[in-house]
Amino acid sequence: MLKVKNVNVFYGNIQAIRDVSLEVNEGEIVTLIGANGAGKSTLLKTVSGLLKPKQGQIVYEGKTINGKAAQTIVKQGISHVPEGRRIFANMSVEENLELGAFLRKDKAGIREDMEKVYELFPRLLERLKQQAGTLSGGEQQMLAMGRALMARPRLLLLDEPSMGLAPLLVKTIFRIIEEINKTGTTILLVEQNANLALSIAHRAYVVETGRIVLSGSAEELTASEQVKMAYLGGH
Amino acid sequence: MEFVQQLVNGISLGSIYALIALGYTMVYGIVKLINFAHGDVFMVGAFVGFYAITILDMSFFPALILAMVVCALFGILVERIAYKPLRNATRIAALITAIGVSLLIEYGVIYFRGAQPEAYPGDVLPTSSIDIFGVAISSQSLFILTISIVLMVILQFIVHKTKIGKAMRAVSFDAEAARLMGINVDNTISATFAIGSALAGAAGVIFGTYYIKIEPLMGVLPGLKAFVAAVLGGIGIIPGAMVGGLLLGLIESLVSAFGYSLWRDAVAFVVLILILIFLPSGLFGKNRREKV
Ligand SMILES: Nc1ncnc2c1ncn2[C@@H]1O[C@H](COP(=O)(O)OP(=O)(O)OP(=O)(O)O)[C@@H](O)[C@H]1O
Ligand SMILES: [Mg+2]
Repeated sequence: MLKVKNVNVFYGNIQAIRDVSLEVNEGEIVTLIGANGAGKSTLLKTVSGLLKPKQGQIVYEGKTINGKAAQTIVKQGISHVPEGRRIFANMSVEENLELGAFLRKDKAGIREDMEKVYELFPRLLERLKQQAGTLSGGEQQMLAMGRALMARPRLLLLDEPSMGLAPLLVKTIFRIIEEINKTGTTILLVEQNANLALSIAHRAYVVETGRIVLSGSAEELTASEQVKMAYLGGH
Repeated sequence: MEFVQQLVNGISLGSIYALIALGYTMVYGIVKLINFAHGDVFMVGAFVGFYAITILDMSFFPALILAMVVCALFGILVERIAYKPLRNATRIAALITAIGVSLLIEYGVIYFRGAQPEAYPGDVLPTSSIDIFGVAISSQSLFILTISIVLMVILQFIVHKTKIGKAMRAVSFDAEAARLMGINVDNTISATFAIGSALAGAAGVIFGTYYIKIEPLMGVLPGLKAFVAAVLGGIGIIPGAMVGGLLLGLIESLVSAFGYSLWRDAVAFVVLILILIFLPSGLFGKNRREKV
């Protein structure tokens, strides 16, 4: 579904992504794990069109999308829930969800998806008219995910959904991620919480200083000594 | 009852400041640029209205609409040519460019039509005085106030209820997140310049109708004062610009009413200094706290 081929990304002269290739197949949850500053967010931003790769190619459903504007990529079915949620704090919960459907014109379909979002996140329904900035951290994460789903994506990019949340809430969020995946949305998940990410993912890639250093099925990586040492608290 | 008349004058003047201030504040909200050329868009609007009325023989409303359309296009043009290439440049570079654009517009107009002032015909709007509780109020003041209010209501509707308005608020808050929603940031910025400039154009025509005399440098002082009004209300905040404009107009008129008319112009800048010292985020500004 998504193929990233030998991509290099720079911030000015600083290279953040070095010759990265990866693949996400339809229906999968694929996770990218890696330490702070490894380049995980940069990679997601490159896929969603916020950044342009200097070299390499990104192919989504058979079409080259690198260099395309972010809005074109959203339209093709990729939604990105950015690190830190980035909800529109000055607007209501409802308006945030509406903005998620910005490019859509099918009123009936939008309503339908709103209902689906309320089903996944009943708390949002209770707070529709509330200013998004007054939501708790967990609710903001739910809103960010709900907003992304409003574009009816086939591929969902999630950047550290567990960041700053209490363990119980993290569990809820991860259960919902699995649920979203089961309804047919493919997921590329970036996480620092490698344990948790590997527990729901089908496959995983390990990123270190802008390179992919390891990849395999979630089971393989969970069992790998290298991953255990570096990311699973080394037993 | 001189006082009440001054009050009415103050509100009329204030609604003109408010219309201009809206453009400042909207543009600042979205690109964090103080568009110092904005006062000159107001001047261009006044001239477009003048020529529409005198040469094209239009009546007030068609002239108003024409001026708004021309200014909207002009605003888009200025943004695309002068500001867009500097979107990622330092603030000071953009600010200096804005001052350059301002001078270019002023002296461009002088180059093409000369520096001589022009007078709006006196019969654009019917002049009569309306008697309210024994006070004679000029019908023009009321008319101006009504038009300004209608324009502001339309603006509020656009900003809060339409798709483009929501896009404008989203881009103002977080342009990158807005891009992830599929919002075209460039077009949204253009729309903001268009709407802000159209309001300034309307203010120009209203100004000409009310104060008669227009000239190529007429935008400088009202532009600066509208900027003060925007800061007074809290730069980037739309209702703030409305209230700030009205308040500034009132303050100026009251200063005149108490016999200090020579201080009229200075007062605005005293207000600016006081605001910057005591209430830097303006009347409506709040120091936002964000959740992590
Ligand atoms: N806007 C930027 N300008 C310059 N360098 C940047 C910018 N954003 C990120 N970088 C650099 O690129 C590298 C990768 O950053 P990135 O945010 O992708 O890491 P990450 O893996 O997402 O880290 P984290 O887990 O902390 O979110 C880092 O060295 C970072 O300093
Ligand atoms: Mg990151």
